Amino acid sequence: MAGGEENSDGGKTDFHVLVVDDSTVVRMVHRMLMTSLGWKVQEAKNGKEAVDLHINGAYFDLIFMDMEMPIMNGPTATRELRAMGVKSNIIGVTSCTFESAHKDFIEAGLNHCVSKPLTIAMISSFLPDSNNK
Amino acid sequence: MDLLSQLRGQIADFSAFLHREGFVDDQFTQLQKLRDESSPGFVVEVVSLFFEDCEKLVNNMAKALEQQIVDFKQVDSHVHQLKGSSSSIGAARIHNVCIAFKTCCEDQNRDGCVRCLQQVNHECIQLKNNLQTLFKLEQQIIAAGGSIPAMQ
Repeated sequence: MAGGEENSDGGKTDFHVLVVDDSTVVRMVHRMLMTSLGWKVQEAKNGKEAVDLHINGAYFDLIFMDMEMPIMNGPTATRELRAMGVKSNIIGVTSCTFESAHKDFIEAGLNHCVSKPLTIAMISSFLPDSNNK
Repeated sequence: MDLLSQLRGQIADFSAFLHREGFVDDQFTQLQKLRDESSPGFVVEVVSLFFEDCEKLVNNMAKALEQQIVDFKQVDSHVHQLKGSSSSIGAARIHNVCIAFKTCCEDQNRDGCVRCLQQVNHECIQLKNNLQTLFKLEQQIIAAGGSIPAMQ
């Protein structure tokens, strides 16, 4: 499921991404941005859904995790995923501008933390170099 | 000037107006660029969803602010949601009001929150009307046999 071939415009054709956000609008926008790069996108409405997907055996090359969500928030979900041994790149995505909030989120186990809105340039920067899987 | 050129000119002018007046920002342009044959209605769909969400959040915030004891954390949580979704679709004015609104919530300033809520409502209505105008122009271009001009 991980890795895959590159298509002619540099996007990955078998790159699986999980978008975790409680906002339907945000999930829809992020899905569109990522599918335009040729990525395969799955969605989760909160941290618990994200964790449950992994418990059921799902694997993702990249996870975009919102910070504030009902039921299970981003930091808690990130901690749980890392405790389960999930090694995927997890990118925190937040509307919160406080540096302290970013710091706490990163300490939960993120690889990076970015502010909304996500852009194509931002998303593309998280694509790993080809042939490293 | 033929009809298509006229319509293209109108769309270009109207889009410039929306950006100049701060109704939308580059994020909106990015979304418009994502429109293609496989998802021609994407922008209309996500904008429509945004306004449905907006209406629900505004109603929830209004109810929360009418309470004798205002739960500012709850109001803040609704503002936070609107802030995130508005920035994701490029609704710049709404996003900016949300920033001020969050400050009022943090200060537990009820009057400030009520004013911000009125402003959010006003901006939502304005943006909805403006985008309906834009989408109508786009439909007219398609009906006239043309294609929607690429966004700059």
